[in-house]
Amino acid sequence: MFSRFRPIDCDLHPMVPGMRALTPYMDEFWRDQVEERGITTLDTQSWPVRSPKTIREDWRSEDGRGAATVGLLQAQSLDRLGTDLGILNPLYGVQLVFNEDMAAAFTRALNDWTRAEWLDRDPRLRASIVLPLQSIEASVAEIERLAPDPRFVQVLVLVMGEMPLGRRQYWPILEACVRHGLPLGIHAGSAYRHPQTSVGWTSYYLEEYAANQQAFQSTLASLLTEGAFSKFPDLRVVLLESGVTWLPSFLWRLQKTWKGVRFEVPWVDRLPTEIVRDQVRLTVQPLDAPEDGAIVQRVMDQLRSDALLLWASDWPHWQYDGDAAMPPGIPESLWPKLMRDNPLATYGRLREGVVA
Amino acid sequence: MRGRSTGSRAVARIVVAPVGEIPAGGRKLVEAEGKRIVVFNLGGEFYALSDRCPHQGGSLCAGLVSGHVESREPGVYHYARRGEMIRCPWHYWEFDIRTGKSWFDPKRVQVRQFPAQVTTGAALVEGPYVAETFPVKVEDDYVVVDA
Amino acid sequence: MNVIQPIAAPGKPAAATLGLVDVDIHPRPHRIEDFKPFLSDRWWEHLQTWGMRARHGFTGGQPPFPKAQPLASRRDAWPPNGGTPASDLDFLRFQLLDNYGIDYGVLNPLQPSGQGDRNNAFSVAMAHAVNEWQLEAWLRKEPRLRGSVVVPYEDPQASAAEIRKRAGDPNFCQVLMMSRTAEPAGNPRYWPIYEAAVEAGLPVAFHAFGYSGWAMTNGGWPSFYIEEVSEHATSCQNQVISLVTEGVFERFPGLKIILIECGFAWLPSVGWRLDKHWRHLKSEVPHLKRAPSEYIRDHIWVSTQPMEEPERGQHILDICEWVGWDHILFASDYPHWDFDDPRAAIPGVIPAERRRGIYGGNARALYGF
Repeated sequence: MFSRFRPIDCDLHPMVPGMRALTPYMDEFWRDQVEERGITTLDTQSWPVRSPKTIREDWRSEDGRGAATVGLLQAQSLDRLGTDLGILNPLYGVQLVFNEDMAAAFTRALNDWTRAEWLDRDPRLRASIVLPLQSIEASVAEIERLAPDPRFVQVLVLVMGEMPLGRRQYWPILEACVRHGLPLGIHAGSAYRHPQTSVGWTSYYLEEYAANQQAFQSTLASLLTEGAFSKFPDLRVVLLESGVTWLPSFLWRLQKTWKGVRFEVPWVDRLPTEIVRDQVRLTVQPLDAPEDGAIVQRVMDQLRSDALLLWASDWPHWQYDGDAAMPPGIPESLWPKLMRDNPLATYGRLREGVVA
Repeated sequence: MRGRSTGSRAVARIVVAPVGEIPAGGRKLVEAEGKRIVVFNLGGEFYALSDRCPHQGGSLCAGLVSGHVESREPGVYHYARRGEMIRCPWHYWEFDIRTGKSWFDPKRVQVRQFPAQVTTGAALVEGPYVAETFPVKVEDDYVVVDA
Repeated sequence: MNVIQPIAAPGKPAAATLGLVDVDIHPRPHRIEDFKPFLSDRWWEHLQTWGMRARHGFTGGQPPFPKAQPLASRRDAWPPNGGTPASDLDFLRFQLLDNYGIDYGVLNPLQPSGQGDRNNAFSVAMAHAVNEWQLEAWLRKEPRLRGSVVVPYEDPQASAAEIRKRAGDPNFCQVLMMSRTAEPAGNPRYWPIYEAAVEAGLPVAFHAFGYSGWAMTNGGWPSFYIEEVSEHATSCQNQVISLVTEGVFERFPGLKIILIECGFAWLPSVGWRLDKHWRHLKSEVPHLKRAPSEYIRDHIWVSTQPMEEPERGQHILDICEWVGWDHILFASDYPHWDFDDPRAAIPGVIPAERRRGIYGGNARALYGF
C-alpha cells in the first residue's frame, strides 16, 4: 500500500493477553505472587478491551481481544501497508501498580515479553523500553538493562502520571535517554494517580480519551518550563497518539505568557516555539482534524515545520478504516517526510544499519 | 517644567528637570513635542525612553523597575543589574532602561530611546536654549533630552 | 524605588465609536467590611474567624502559585485615594469606562466571593452578599455597568435559588461560575444551575480560575505560575468536553455558555477531536444527537484577553473563522496585569467589520443590551 515510501510506523501496540503471558518472564517470587494473589490482568481504563477505540472491529479476534501475536500485526498492518520498520509501544497497566517493586518486576517482564515474542519474530520490528516510573532508580536501571539491544529505540511513559514529566526528580531518566540516544516517548494514557481532568473524574470514556489532549499540553508545558529541554539539548521527545491540532494554540498562549513572566523560568532563554520545533515530534494518528484538506493545510501552515510529524498507524486502535492509514488532508508531497525522513531523523537507533 | 531650544529643527532639545529633581533610581514622565517620555536616573546616568510600550501602549513610567535574571542552567538564578530593567504594567514585558531593548526579542521589540544628558545651567542660559516653563539657574545642572 | 503614579492610559482618548462592550471587569471591595451589611451575624463572624477557605492550603488570600504582580493587577491601577485596584468607582470610570469609551461593562467579582469555599453554607451566604454588594456599590451608581449573578456553584440547588432571586433584574446579565469546579461542569449535579439560568434568560459564564481541589493538571501539580496560567486553558477545555459529552445542550437547548479569560484558539481543536472520536464511540453517548463541534458552535461564546498570539499574525483569522466570528467578545480583564487595551489588543489583520462585532456587536446580541 505504502511500500514505495518504505514507511516507518512509529506507534504500534502489541496487547498482552493476560498476566499468564508475562509470568514466564518473572522470577519465581513474582511468578508465584501473580498466581497466589490472583492477579489476572493489568488491562486499564485508558484502553478498555471492548471499547470500539481500543481494537478496530475487523482486527478483533474471536475472543474479543486482539493484537496478541506478531502474526496478527503482520497480517493486519505490516504486510498490508508495506511497512519497512515498526516501533512497538506496549500499553499494559504496569504504570498503575502502586508497589514499586512489583511495578519493576512486571515492567521487566513486559519488556522481555516484547523482546522474545515480537522483536525476535520479525526483523522489521523495533520497540520502546517501558519504564516503571514508580521508581526513578528502577527506570534508569531498566534503560541500562535494555539499551545494549539496538532494537530498543525509545523509552516509553504515559502522559498522565504522578507528577508532570518535566519535574526534575525525573531528570536522571532524561539523562539516561540522552546518553543512550533514546528519545523519550510519551504516550496517551493514565497511571490514575489523578482524575483525567483538573476538575475531577469524567463520566464517559469519550471524555477520558479526549482528556489526553489536555494532558499533552500540560506535559509539554512542564518539560518546557522546568528547563528539561535547556538542560538536555540533545533530548528528543515524541508525543504518541496525542492528536496534533492542539499544538499551535497551546504554544501561542504559552509563548505569550512567557514574554511577561519568563523571569520565573529564566533558563527558558529562547522562544518556546523554537524549542519545540527542535526537540519535540508528534505521531499523526490521530490527527484530530476534520477530513477537509483545506483545514488540514492551514493547521500544517500554523505548525511552521514539516519536520515535526511522524507517521503511525496506531494499530490496533481504531483511527481509520480500510487501509487509509494516512490521515486525510495531509498532502502526498509530505508523505516521504512523515513516513521515512522524519522518523529516521528522530530515532538515531533506527538509522544504524538502515539504508536511508 | 520643561524648556526647549530656540533653534529646534527635526530634534528638539528638552530641558527636562534640574538634576536634583530625579534622584538615583527615580524616574520622571515628561511630555514634549507631542511625545510622552520617561526619564530614568540610574546612579547618576540619565536615560530617556518613550513612555509607550511597543506592545499595547502601556505607560512604562507606571511599571516596575526591577533587576534582570538569567540562568546558565535550570535551578540556577543569576540576578543582576537591579534597577536597570523596566517592566510594562500591562503584560509585564521587560525592557533594558539603558537601551530600550526588550529581553525576549531585542532586535524587533524595542522601546524608542532618546539621547539624554546632563548640562550645566550656565551652558543652557548662554547657549541656544530658552527655558519656557521653569527658570534655569546658572549654578544648577539640568537633564536634557533630545526628542 | 518604585513610585507609582496612577495615570490614565496614554494615547488617543475615548474610542467611543468602537461601541465597546467589555465583558470582563473585576471589581473588588474597598475593605472586607463592605460585605458586612449583606451577611448575617453568624456568617460575618465566620468570615472574621476563618476567612476564605478555598480548596488549597493557603489562607489570607494567598494563592498557591504566587502571581506575577501584587493582586495580579496592573501597577497603575491602584486608586490615588487608596484601596485596591478596581475598588473605587470613580477611578474605574476614569481609567477604564471614560478612557476607552466603554458603553457596557460586565462585572465579574472574583475574590473574595466565597465561590468554591469548602464550607458550602458560607459560600451560599457570601455569593448572596456579593450580589447585593454589586447592586449597592456599583450597578445602581453606574448605568454602564452590568453585574454577574455570583453563584455558590458547589451547592447547585442554592445556586439555582440565587439565580431565581435575580431573574428579571436588568442589573444582572449573566450567571458567573469559576472554571475549576470540583467535578466536571457537565456533571448532572450542576444541572439545576443551568436550568435556572435558562429559565431566567441568562447566559452562564465560566471565568478562568477557582480551585477544584484536584491537581492543576491531570498528571499532577505543576511548579510554576506560568504553568498555572497555561492550565486555565486545559481546565476550560475539560469543561467544554464535559458540557458537550454529558448532553447538557440536548437537555437545555437554550443554554448559552461564555468562556471568559480562558483563551480560545484551542476551541476548534477540541471540537475536531471530539468529533473524530465520537464517531467511534457513539454507542457510549447515545444522548448526543449531533456532532460535538455543532453543540460547541451553537452554545459557546468566548472572550478575548488573553488572545493567543500566533507567530504569524494572520493565523488568528483561521482561528476566529473556526470558532465563529459572531461568538467572540471583547474583554479587557481590568484591572489585572494582563489587561488588554481595546485599541491595541485586536490584531490589525482582523477586518473592520469583524472588529465591530468583537468590540461590541456580538456582546449586544448575546446579552440583549
